[in-house]
Amino acid sequence: MAEPIDHANAAPAPADAQTTRPATAASPDLRRRDFLQISGGVGIGLIVAFALPFAATREAAAGPEAAGDAAAARATGAMPASELNAFLRIEPDGSVVCSIPKSEMGQGVLTSLAMLLAEELEVDWSKIRSEHAIANEARYGRWRTGGSSSVRETHDAYRRAGATARTLLVAAAAERWQVAAETCRADRGTVVHAASGRRLAYAELAERAAKLSPPAEPALKPRSKFSLIGKDLRRLDTPAKVDGSAVFGLDVRVPGMLVAQVERPPDLGGQLASFDAKAALAVPGVVAVFEIPRGVAIVAKHFWAAQSGRKKLAIRWTPGPHGALDNEAIRKLCTAAVEKGAPVRTEGDVARAVASAGPKRTLEAVYDFPFLAHATLEPMNCTAKVDASGCELWVPTQSPTAAADAAAKILGIPADRVRVNTTLLGGGFGRRGDSDFVEDAVHIAKQMKAPVQVVYTREDDMRAGLYRPTGTNLMRGAVDAEGWPVVWEQRIASQSLLREKGWPTKDGIDFAAVEGVKNLPYAIPNVFVSWADVVLPVSIHWWRSVGSSQNGWVTECFFDELCRLGGKDPLAARKHLLKDHPRHVRVLEKAASEAGFGKPLPKGHALGIAVHESFGSIVAETAEVSLDADGTPRVHRVVCVVDCGEVVHPAGVRHQMESGITMGLSAALWGEVAIEKGRIVTTNYDRYPIARIDQTPRIETFIIAEGDAMGGIGEPGTPPIAPAICNALLALTGKPIRRLPIGRVTHMT
Amino acid sequence: MPAYTLTVNGERRTVEAAEDTPLLWVIRDLLNLTGTKYGCGAGLCRACTVHLDGEASFSCQIPIAAVGAKRVTTIEGLSPDRSHPLQQAWIEEDVPQCGYCQPGQIMSAAALLARTPAPSDDQIDDWMKTNLCRCGTYNRIRSAIQRAAAARADAKVGTRSDAHDEEPSHG
Ligand code: FES
Ligand code: FES
Repeated sequence: MAEPIDHANAAPAPADAQTTRPATAASPDLRRRDFLQISGGVGIGLIVAFALPFAATREAAAGPEAAGDAAAARATGAMPASELNAFLRIEPDGSVVCSIPKSEMGQGVLTSLAMLLAEELEVDWSKIRSEHAIANEARYGRWRTGGSSSVRETHDAYRRAGATARTLLVAAAAERWQVAAETCRADRGTVVHAASGRRLAYAELAERAAKLSPPAEPALKPRSKFSLIGKDLRRLDTPAKVDGSAVFGLDVRVPGMLVAQVERPPDLGGQLASFDAKAALAVPGVVAVFEIPRGVAIVAKHFWAAQSGRKKLAIRWTPGPHGALDNEAIRKLCTAAVEKGAPVRTEGDVARAVASAGPKRTLEAVYDFPFLAHATLEPMNCTAKVDASGCELWVPTQSPTAAADAAAKILGIPADRVRVNTTLLGGGFGRRGDSDFVEDAVHIAKQMKAPVQVVYTREDDMRAGLYRPTGTNLMRGAVDAEGWPVVWEQRIASQSLLREKGWPTKDGIDFAAVEGVKNLPYAIPNVFVSWADVVLPVSIHWWRSVGSSQNGWVTECFFDELCRLGGKDPLAARKHLLKDHPRHVRVLEKAASEAGFGKPLPKGHALGIAVHESFGSIVAETAEVSLDADGTPRVHRVVCVVDCGEVVHPAGVRHQMESGITMGLSAALWGEVAIEKGRIVTTNYDRYPIARIDQTPRIETFIIAEGDAMGGIGEPGTPPIAPAICNALLALTGKPIRRLPIGRVTHMT
Repeated sequence: MPAYTLTVNGERRTVEAAEDTPLLWVIRDLLNLTGTKYGCGAGLCRACTVHLDGEASFSCQIPIAAVGAKRVTTIEGLSPDRSHPLQQAWIEEDVPQCGYCQPGQIMSAAALLARTPAPSDDQIDDWMKTNLCRCGTYNRIRSAIQRAAAARADAKVGTRSDAHDEEPSHG
């Protein structure tokens, strides 16, 4: 089962437990691998060093076994650093290494969380390095990266970890000097005793500091003293990303490693009948061909041999039971379900209000949204090694603890015998919260008794399912005699993520399916919202901004339709009906003024605006749009205003907004996974276009951060862009866009 | 299997590979230069961009047998120490998000600057439009190319002897 990475139900990791809870002692064999260095470089050295902070913060606390291990490590000279707690260690050269139990998938978490640590530690930013921690549930809790939660969930825990380390270093200096700790202070990587002018570097104090007892409640810096938080620091992971040395999952090279691909049934629900591997095995470099639960594995010395062998495989599949299924049939299934939903929200009396408005002031519409693929640029992959001591994974995953569970279940071993090295992720967007690629790798590595890297080809990746759910909305709205919206009726039918993931639903309602609708902020007196589950044979998953990715579009577009019916200006109407939501009004006003609402536009251009709250942040976006001669929408400029409360790394926020907007724009314009005759037929970027540089608008982001509760960043930029574009098109053409994608225009040249 | 001798980042390397093996997989799996990325394998994303005699080329679409004596430059060979103006500009502008597409973006941009030292935004868009980035870093890619072009103009650098000494184009 997939790791629940979503927001609302996900309990925050007990990240503050790290200073008190001893780590589980891993087996000695696994421990020795802590110091493994994999050198796969030729010419330019590629060194992947997975040096682990000692599993035990304080050796004694973890028991004699751990202490013995650490002693052994010291004897071999392999103990270069002093670990002050689960997040921080100090190298002899004074550099500080942050161990981050959140996955870097582009959102900058290796930088923003390190900023929190460094802020309290009082150390120069240039001295900071940051890397993924080794997953360890006892130390860090469940490791999930999703729900735009990384910084906001763990903000204080990281600051406390930094402050704890600083306190220990000060205490170690005070002890050395035989003075009171209160007379010493931390200052840019050193401890100073002002009265005597003495100064010691952290590196000289770290070993002793690591042995002292941590304070129960370390003093945190006052906000006014922040020197890093809130600054536009450069990301720590950038240098390795411009010279080819950054290690993504596909870049892992383990000695003796084989490469595998998996041929899967072409039909949804198809099964393997038989296969003949003779021709495939004759391809030079192909090592083995065998069945695994998801299909037939082809194992070879390298990717191309696996690919060539795969082409020679003779396989018979039983046809799937959904031979007639296609996108149109799915739409009909959703439409058939849409009236049968359970009520989610009921206010006022919709039927009466509709009757009194009469047909002229009532509007009905159907809004359809399609399956979307994540289409991360790095396809899914995982490297696994299975031996008598357990299992080791090298994997770009959002959920390393779930990956460990998946491997452990297959192998019948405890999860703490699975060591998970989290590589950089070449994009995540929710997709890498699942462990399907881990399962494939473990099944194959188990049989091969050698390390195996499973690679999904782009085609495998796109056809592997786990899409953003599809669905339909039956909308009805009405305006009063003055043109103000007085009825909002929204009947949703969509495939339930919670049911598919085996999560509990509350009162039979999937909160992910109704987020953004259940809490629609407009002051409309008569509201009815219902939701119906649609069971489909296509697997689904969290996709950037989850339910808000479609609900933001439906609600904000239908709002503009109602404004048109009532003759209201969409911006003025929003402000009027959001009187009780000052933060919404603030982002709208700022976006409108920056975008130049009310000012003349170039001929053939129109502006649209939308606002949506998700993951604790409120975002307004405008889109300036025109149509090319062939009807292709062109988005020229986007203004984005985000209210996300406190901000750790402003550049990171702006970049995440740009990223979310570009992804949402791709989805709005072209995103749809096509199903024909019971098969997924979308296999590559030709059928699943994503925005190119010449199709991406100029994006200007403004941040409002006035100390409100910290909101998420990774996802909230996505929902408002589709409705902003569609509302601009409505203004331009008078025709609403009620089905996404807007236009399937062949634009790959 | 036939043996091929390639010049990669100035070094001569001999590999044995099936003749239809794309250069991408030779570089990644046989030479272990993993900076060049696999994104689509179909000429649709340009994550696999390398230079062949200075020309930006899709390494996933070029079988090893077709490389011949052409000099191959990968991201690892663009500069020994991230000193290429584009690499510097990429750092200054904080371009990468996940970073996966960025080696290909930089290699394409390097070929552009070698041919057009002071490109307009439209020229940048036109040249870079086949390089996909799922993380949406395009606004910064444009700025970084402009920054690198300006830095080069300032430094009056025009005589690099590495990959850019020949007239490049999209291969
Ligand atoms: S991998 Fe070569 S173009 Fe995509
Ligand atoms: S930075 Fe992630 S694909 Fe470009």
